[in-house]
Amino acid sequence: MFKIIRKQTLNPTVVLMDIEAPFVARKAEPGQFIMLRINESGERIPLTVADYDREKGIVTIIYQIVGKTTRALSEMSEGDALLDFVGPLGTASHLEGYKKVAVVGGGLGTAIAYPQAKKLHALGAEVHAITGFRNKELIILEKEMGNVSDKLVVATDDGSNGNKGFVTNVLKQLIDEGNKYDLVIAIGPLVMMRAVSNLTREYGIKTIVSMNSIMIDGTGMCGGCRLTVGGETKFACVDGPDFDGHLIDFDEAMRRQGMYKNQERQSEDKHACRLGGVTNA
Amino acid sequence: MPNMSLDKVKMPEQEPDIRNKNFKEVALGYEEAMAIEEAQRCLNCKTKPCVSGCPVNVKIPEFIQLVAEGRFEEAYDKIKETNSLPAVCGRVCPQESQCEQLCVRAKKGESVGIGRLERFVADWHMKNGSRAVNKAESNGIKVAVVGSGPAGLTCAGDLAKLGYEVTVFEAFHVPGGVLMYGIPEFRLPKALVQEEIQTVKDLGVDIRTNMVIGKVLSIDELKEEGYKAVFIGSGAGLPSFMKIPGENLNGVYSANEFLTRINLMSAYKFPDADTPVFVGKSVAVVGGGNVAMDAARSAKRLGAERVYIIYRRSEAEMPARLEEVHHAKEEGIIFKVLTNPKRILGTDDGWVKGIECVDMELGEPDKSGRRRPVEKKGSEHILDLETVIIAIGQSPNPLISKTTPGLDIQSWGGIIVEEETGATSKSGVYAGGDAVTGAATVILAMGAGKKAAESIHKLLSEA
Repeated sequence: MFKIIRKQTLNPTVVLMDIEAPFVARKAEPGQFIMLRINESGERIPLTVADYDREKGIVTIIYQIVGKTTRALSEMSEGDALLDFVGPLGTASHLEGYKKVAVVGGGLGTAIAYPQAKKLHALGAEVHAITGFRNKELIILEKEMGNVSDKLVVATDDGSNGNKGFVTNVLKQLIDEGNKYDLVIAIGPLVMMRAVSNLTREYGIKTIVSMNSIMIDGTGMCGGCRLTVGGETKFACVDGPDFDGHLIDFDEAMRRQGMYKNQERQSEDKHACRLGGVTNA
Repeated sequence: MPNMSLDKVKMPEQEPDIRNKNFKEVALGYEEAMAIEEAQRCLNCKTKPCVSGCPVNVKIPEFIQLVAEGRFEEAYDKIKETNSLPAVCGRVCPQESQCEQLCVRAKKGESVGIGRLERFVADWHMKNGSRAVNKAESNGIKVAVVGSGPAGLTCAGDLAKLGYEVTVFEAFHVPGGVLMYGIPEFRLPKALVQEEIQTVKDLGVDIRTNMVIGKVLSIDELKEEGYKAVFIGSGAGLPSFMKIPGENLNGVYSANEFLTRINLMSAYKFPDADTPVFVGKSVAVVGGGNVAMDAARSAKRLGAERVYIIYRRSEAEMPARLEEVHHAKEEGIIFKVLTNPKRILGTDDGWVKGIECVDMELGEPDKSGRRRPVEKKGSEHILDLETVIIAIGQSPNPLISKTTPGLDIQSWGGIIVEEETGATSKSGVYAGGDAVTGAATVILAMGAGKKAAESIHKLLSEA
């Protein structure tokens, strides 16, 4: 069992949890992820390692409430325990050797981009962080991102924080102002990562994205998370989740991500009914 | 006086049209009287050819004589002397090509139902037998086992009996390997697998789940942690795809994914279990092995109206067990043999809508002696369907070999071992089962685990 040590609500739908998982904490690196299962009837879901404390044996996860499992997780409290928590999985990001990097986070993707920015900063790179949210209420990790970057721009779609625009607009502006990035890291919804990749392709800037495929085991034994990268089939759980954004077939990835839309709705409806005390199962 | 009937005592099973709608076990097992009657067919011959056909050398005539006398618990103890997982083996071993193939009675009529009797004894013990275990006194020597499938469990059980402190590291959240994620409930009930694994734990084996060796700890780090020897039994879990157009469409599964969702994650109970699975009205399973049969029969049980097995050779070449092919046909699976997929066709929004196949004919024998299938020109045709499951084989997962310097592997990923001992190129590291051979059988993996346990004992007791 893996105990929830700390729980913090970052915005109305995003929650942070520190989980006691000493073996995962010992080895975790930015770019890697874990799979967790809440209880006996639960599914396995992948979540990125947002932070870790090797000494205390703690792994931080940050997740958005999007369906049954993440909702059930958000209803758990400090002191409760998860049944299964396995990792670190995936290939760690290669962050060495870069001088000036733009780290772009969209929504929850900011939490996944944070450990990368932190590590790049620690390695001595000049880090420009660009994060984007729908509105002011949804902004997360502003202080944390600020601490590990040389420049931070927080944009909102509706301009409610006084800085209207999409991350792609901000990135384009920074590039056009003469910032020479030798790497762009983009993490967020698939549409956002595709937009960033399309932009940087024009400028010929190397771009890494973190793919969020549907996963079951997370160890390379089923291929549920497969993607087409540069014309070849890759497994996001072992070959990634980081890939060259200019080589990803984003249309295919988006399609595959929607494969269980109907079932996901059915599962969440059932969960909601149980919570409401209605039994129609 | 032995029972000279030429046929095995029939084993009751669920009717095909009922069982193809549920996930309950198909074969129901012998009652006590049936088991005694079948046991009396054994001639207790001196030469015991059956024993040499068993990869873990179960003392077959001895346990069968005990069954014939109604001494079921003693029969169980006799089997357990050499076999850690009799309830599993009695169900999934291909006895027809092992112990039963060599049975003297098989020269005229059917062999003795050794598998059925083994299963009966194990089930009887679980229901009625004693749970007391004689745990060996610890010798204080730590051994690590990677993977809790049949090979790892057998190796761990045998070493624990000799007093070793054995820790098994399992990547998944439950132990059992292919017994849990691969073989379906209707052939091998999962509660029973866990009960059988408990008997291995009762010997003192510590099983740690959620530990992906190669990620959380490397083989070298296990040795640094004080494990004097390591056995790698990590199986062949890497699925092969066909590399034909359309393989990444929605609705295309590897058999590993399809079966893992159903067996390990209980997707057949969705939404009571949280993991979903998608099965359309028409389903094609590509391949002719046991995994293909399991996937096809599972799809049928999930409500598919038409389930095809697509296999490029003829039925005679099918690697699946005869019994499974027979069961599949009874349950309404449609066999399209000498047929090969060319591409998978999709709808505009990216879902499977059909598969284009071509007819094959058998040509000259290839290196393996099997006649090579050759395409018949102009025989292309399309099957309309919504789900495709690819069951054309698995190879070993590279996670361990990639993170273990000095471990020699074959070009296709299998770990290279010394056949007699299971020793790898790395000192103190042994391997066995599908991680070495590629996808094979449960009992061969158990035999390899057993052999490695003997070698490890030899290494550590002589040191």
